[in-house]
Amino acid sequence: MTDQSSNTALSGLIGEIASGDLRVVDLTNILSTDFPVIVLPSEFGQCEPFRMETVSRYDGNGPAWYWNNISMNEHTGTHFDAPAHWITGRDVPNGTVDAIPPRDFIHPAVVIDIADESAQDEDFIVTRAFLENWEKANGQIPEKHWILLRSNWSKKVGTLEYLNLKDDGAHSPGPDADAMRFLVQERDCIGLGVETVGTDAGQASSFDEPLPAHSILHGNGRYGLQCLTNLDQLPVFGSVIVATPLKIKGGSGSPLRVIALAPANGE
Amino acid sequence: MSDWRNRETRDPIARKKARHLSPPARSRAMHAMSARAAQGRFVLQKCCDCGEITYPPRDACPVCWGELTWQDVPAGALVLSETTIRVSTDLYFRDHLPWRMGKVALDAGPVALAHLHRDLATHDRAEIRLMLDRGGNAALFAVPPNGDFDMADPQFREFTVPLKGKTVLVTDARSAIGQAVVTALHKAGAGLIIAGIQAPGRQSDTQLAALQLDNVQSMPLDIVDQVSLAEALSKIAGPLDLVINTARHVRAGGVSIGSNPVEMRRAFEISAIGMARLAGACAPMLAGRPHGAFVDIISSQALSGAADQSALSAAEAARLSLLQSFRHEMRSSGVRVLSVFVGPVDDEDHQTMPPPKVAPARIAATIVDALQQGREQSCVGDVASDAMARWLDDPMLYAREKNL
Repeated sequence: MTDQSSNTALSGLIGEIASGDLRVVDLTNILSTDFPVIVLPSEFGQCEPFRMETVSRYDGNGPAWYWNNISMNEHTGTHFDAPAHWITGRDVPNGTVDAIPPRDFIHPAVVIDIADESAQDEDFIVTRAFLENWEKANGQIPEKHWILLRSNWSKKVGTLEYLNLKDDGAHSPGPDADAMRFLVQERDCIGLGVETVGTDAGQASSFDEPLPAHSILHGNGRYGLQCLTNLDQLPVFGSVIVATPLKIKGGSGSPLRVIALAPANGE
Repeated sequence: MSDWRNRETRDPIARKKARHLSPPARSRAMHAMSARAAQGRFVLQKCCDCGEITYPPRDACPVCWGELTWQDVPAGALVLSETTIRVSTDLYFRDHLPWRMGKVALDAGPVALAHLHRDLATHDRAEIRLMLDRGGNAALFAVPPNGDFDMADPQFREFTVPLKGKTVLVTDARSAIGQAVVTALHKAGAGLIIAGIQAPGRQSDTQLAALQLDNVQSMPLDIVDQVSLAEALSKIAGPLDLVINTARHVRAGGVSIGSNPVEMRRAFEISAIGMARLAGACAPMLAGRPHGAFVDIISSQALSGAADQSALSAAEAARLSLLQSFRHEMRSSGVRVLSVFVGPVDDEDHQTMPPPKVAPARIAATIVDALQQGREQSCVGDVASDAMARWLDDPMLYAREKNL
């Protein structure tokens, strides 16, 4: 039998959730057939959106039960990017979703607010200088944290401004390569979580170092979370992310339910 | 947007109108005639032995018992007599009385009974159309010659799909074909045109000239997605008369050489399953309308496998098969199911193909014409027409020649 006292931390956690001292914040968008998926230049294969086909709904095909067949890409809806998603991460050990150590599914987060900047500039780029200035104002980014970019982009879900496709491609905020190297190598982040459809900026395929978030995160065994929402309900420091991708054999990522635990008082 | 006050009104208390069909075909020879009428041809049977041209359709020559063959014949005629039917026990004709018929002397030889256009009288010269009636069977219809006549004749309208004032849904309206179809429908006087836009949408889509026309309303529509389809149909104002499906997925690729299973699946999802899903969802709405119709654009690659576009031709073949099933299902409701075969189109899907290619506007014009003439099957351009002719002549030879 387990000693009761060895469970104090867990029972304390459960108690705080029950009492409301800890909030459980759902960071997940609804997985619907009209939720936008990333659009690549037409020479590449495309991401399949979420599809749902009713098998039965208390009808002749199943009088007492309701269920659907679903299909989608691994990177559809609110989803997790594993290191193997990118060519730079192809040799990372345990780089696919089925092999990622489960302890990596629970980590604290730091929330960086880029909402005003993104509202003014749809192509806002998070640079190393921006992050260093942010640290001067807010304190150093601790190691082994998820970095969550709060752009308020999730408030555009349901409008054409979410993907924001124009004749010259998508336009949405994201980091540049120096910022990513800073977060990965000097701040040892767990991964990058964003509200946009990709961890990279909409125009990032044209950067001098193209798609730096994917390239640098996954090349160093870090993870990505995309299409998050409700980041505005999290404190800058002090929240914990629970993100458990589906255990797809050899999978490069997976849609998932992402939740955060956060103190009720905001800090 | 069009003014909703101009739209058709319906009495909410009135009992649903039951729609009846013209009497069914009586013989296999009659079905053979209908199959040719569906292609817009004017054919009669000719005896292989004595050369006698005969009507109505028979199994043997009435003169010498010789074997009969179908032959395209001149469509001119002289109206010998006319009569107006005021009483009938047939449910279909009871709904459309009075009905004019006449005896016509065909230039090809036989004397026949034909439905008479209202502007024709005894001793008039006439052109005889072999048209499909509400039940899908061939019937002779006499119209004034030279094609210049009033299409609003109520009897003629029964054999066609009128467009004026109708509500039409066009799928994949952002494509080159889709835009051309929307524009042509607008010109033909459609009352409300719903332009279905496939995801992902661009903000600049709304700037497309076709989508800015009066009476054109854009909405998101992906026929592969049952939720999207249901939402779009639920948002259409008033009853839906007509569906024109332009959606397809044209990509190169073979079976063992250059194959791409992802693209192949997509082609089937759109061309075959998507078409069937669209047809199934719209069928009850169309069946309630006096002139409901479903038009599907099919690649002539459907007729036989094409090694360089294997996924397209397979998916379009599946589409053709499903469309035939759907047509059969719709017979009992009087909803017309029209197929329009096209070869390579002058659009972004066929950039690497040399001419001849058909212009999207020509496809749209053919669709409008097919509806106005009540023609069940059309081919647009030389490539599609040639493919159909060769396939009808010798399908096995066509399959070989196509992939030489």
